[in-house]
Amino acid sequence: MIRAQVIVRPRKSIFDPQGDAVCRAIQHLGVSAVRQAHVGKCIELELDGDNIDQARAQLETICQDLLSNPVIEDYVLTLQPADKK
Amino acid sequence: MRWAVIQFPGSNCDQDVFHVLKNVLAQEAEYVWHKDSSLSGADAVVLPGGFSYGDYLRCGAIARFSPIMPAVKEAAAQGKTVLGICNGFQILCEAGLLPGVLVRNTSLHFRCETIPVRVEHPGSRFTSEYLTGQVLRLPIAHGEGHYVADEATLDALFQHRQVLFTYSDVQGRTTPESNPNGSQRNIAGISNRAGNVLGLMPHPERASEKILGSDDGLGLFNSVLSSMKG
Repeated sequence: MIRAQVIVRPRKSIFDPQGDAVCRAIQHLGVSAVRQAHVGKCIELELDGDNIDQARAQLETICQDLLSNPVIEDYVLTLQPADKK
Repeated sequence: MRWAVIQFPGSNCDQDVFHVLKNVLAQEAEYVWHKDSSLSGADAVVLPGGFSYGDYLRCGAIARFSPIMPAVKEAAAQGKTVLGICNGFQILCEAGLLPGVLVRNTSLHFRCETIPVRVEHPGSRFTSEYLTGQVLRLPIAHGEGHYVADEATLDALFQHRQVLFTYSDVQGRTTPESNPNGSQRNIAGISNRAGNVLGLMPHPERASEKILGSDDGLGLFNSVLSSMKG
């Protein structure tokens, strides 16, 4: 088994209203040192198989076509054996 | 003229569109379930508004992989009319049939109201019944209608007259105050370069009968009908 994690983030050049709202809420709660917040997604997948290179090749396509939209988002895909945290 | 109205799980404006086509405009119209793979030779396709797949992941991101979508892409490539309203616009962008993407409204608020929408170009199959600069009253109802594309794409859209509708004030001025969602350059609706695919956030089908407060949206459907006769 392989465990994959995809972190999808809004591109820095795109205004992120959710991040902005979160940042303001944090400041409102008294932590004024926080200057910026960006809200993305974390998608965790578990796959059959024992070849990480092969799994990466398959998932790169999925990341580009489905899990992220390259017009507005970047992603980072990491894979590791499922038994190790 | 034969119209296909696609139903995705979560579509909720399909019946409104169907009603306008069938009962107001006396067109042949039929529903097509998203799992079908054929449009049965329809002349025009509508992707209606709603919340396909619960807007999970991103609006339209999952619907673009529905079994009916290859047929929609084929219809678009053949020059047939493809109209995406609200969630349908989001799906067309995710499917790559239109450039750019629609993201969360800058205000974070879901905006549900009737607002002024300016016609930019009457020289398209979707706007020939309107005049340049005409201000329509059309309803919007969306939380993710903020149109985003890179600067080069935006320039190209205006240069090739693909921006058909913008958010304006009642006098037709596209101001920041008249922009309900933060859309770049107040964009409310765009077509593809070929001019046969339109996506827009406002709902023309909800403004197609006087009894509903406005029939300003009817001109869009009538424009398509005129283009078929011509």
